Amino acid sequence: MSNKILEVRGLSRIHGGGCPLCIQSTGPDCDTNICRHCGSVVAAHDVSFDLYRGEILGIIGESGSGKSSTVKMLYFDDVPSSGEATFFDAEEQHKLFSLNAAQQRSMRNKRFGMVYQNPHLGLNFQISAGGNIAERLLMSDMKHYGEIRRRAGDLLARTEVSRERMDKNPKTFSGGMQQRVQIAKALATQPPLLFLDEVTTGLDLSVQAAILDLILEIQHELGTAMIVVTHDLGVIRLLAGRTLVMKHGRVIESGLTDQILEDPQHAYTQRLVASAL
Amino acid sequence: MPIPKGLWLLHCEKNMSQAILTIENYAKTFHLHERNKQIPSASHVNLTVHPGRLTALVGPTGAGKSSVLKGVYRTYLPSSGRIAFRTKSGNIVDLAQASEHQVLDLRKQEIGFVTQFLHCLPRKSAIDVVAEPLFARGVDTSEARARAEKLLAQLAVPSHLWNVPPSTFSGGEKQRVNLARGLIAQPRLLLLDEPTASLDPVTTERVVAHIQALKETGIGMLAIFHHPDLVKRLADDVVELSPPKAAIETLKELA
Repeated sequence: MSNKILEVRGLSRIHGGGCPLCIQSTGPDCDTNICRHCGSVVAAHDVSFDLYRGEILGIIGESGSGKSSTVKMLYFDDVPSSGEATFFDAEEQHKLFSLNAAQQRSMRNKRFGMVYQNPHLGLNFQISAGGNIAERLLMSDMKHYGEIRRRAGDLLARTEVSRERMDKNPKTFSGGMQQRVQIAKALATQPPLLFLDEVTTGLDLSVQAAILDLILEIQHELGTAMIVVTHDLGVIRLLAGRTLVMKHGRVIESGLTDQILEDPQHAYTQRLVASAL
Repeated sequence: MPIPKGLWLLHCEKNMSQAILTIENYAKTFHLHERNKQIPSASHVNLTVHPGRLTALVGPTGAGKSSVLKGVYRTYLPSSGRIAFRTKSGNIVDLAQASEHQVLDLRKQEIGFVTQFLHCLPRKSAIDVVAEPLFARGVDTSEARARAEKLLAQLAVPSHLWNVPPSTFSGGEKQRVNLARGLIAQPRLLLLDEPTASLDPVTTERVVAHIQALKETGIGMLAIFHHPDLVKRLADDVVELSPPKAAIETLKELA
């Protein structure tokens, strides 16, 4: 049996009409992701990788490199222009982009989790922290009120949000605490696959550190496979075993994280690593 | 060479079939795009490591000693050569060509690396830093911590430091935590990069005793030592490296 949980092949996303010259006139060699012939934006082109169970894969790159686009397509927040992704769930295989809307929703609710940089995307600010988690549990067919409430409390406690704040609106929480509620919500259904998009960006250093610790603990306890998108080399170093480097919509290199950091092959990665140290 | 050449060859032949690591013609050259330069860091490296024996890498600065260790661990991508590792199940894996997942798996189960400096999570206690390789293998938390404590005691790290993150430790204390972390999972192949560099004589002796004990358990080691004296005492085989020719020229150019 393979350890593979996700296989992504040739994933691409072009915003705009597109033209036959889009691909050859964008990418790292052209130093842009905007096609000069038709003005389309090649957000991602030909992204391929495998993710194994329990593994953390990092995707690093600057804004506009296509790292978030990649994850958004996999979480059905965006629709790819072309490419395939296969999710290996126990005995079943799912071609993600061949699923109908209802199947995709069910996949998002039950088998995947997502934590966004912006808590407004991941949380409903009209309802309490506990309500946010309850919402996700309800969507995954848990119906018993007491059971839902107990589980929501446990999850918040696990992510170190005190149970007393369970009935408070996350609007009143600090940024770090909002991220913890998002993580608790993402974990509610114990998904085998978790997407994390710049989850520590913009937080105080000490809060960042605590969130990163929490992510590692979760990986250790639950064996959750994760894709971590970040522009921060420190986050990659701490979390990811393997890393993809993206620029202008392309994967320019990939490897073991320590090798990417100590022996980068591509000119861009060499510059990136040299600037960080 | 600690053993006369003829004897050494004989010895090699006897053990050849059981070598845990065989490096043939390893070379590493860095290509720096920004400066459009090729920097050779090791070339023509040939060596073997046998279970229960220690192979020491010697040579001047710039000879590529660390570069060999990092190539074996795949922190560096080898430029050429073959790095044949005999796995526990008896298969030969060329570490220069192995897939990333294969390398990650071997790092977790079979190959350990004690680097010169301690890299760890800044907020973890010394015990957890040391126990981490066991956690990764799924060893029970309390058992892993108990083994970490035992090892820290053996390496004379004062017990009042065990629950403190090592970031505030002295150089020698950090080094011992680092060593303990590399030794705890008892890998089949252990890479050691100056494991005693910042230790006092008493602690160095403890580390030497520990390395000797590990050898007796059958662990194969590839090591770099700061002191020639330690090479004499611990090495079963010695491999001398000299700086790649081009590197000498590059160094001259820079000077």
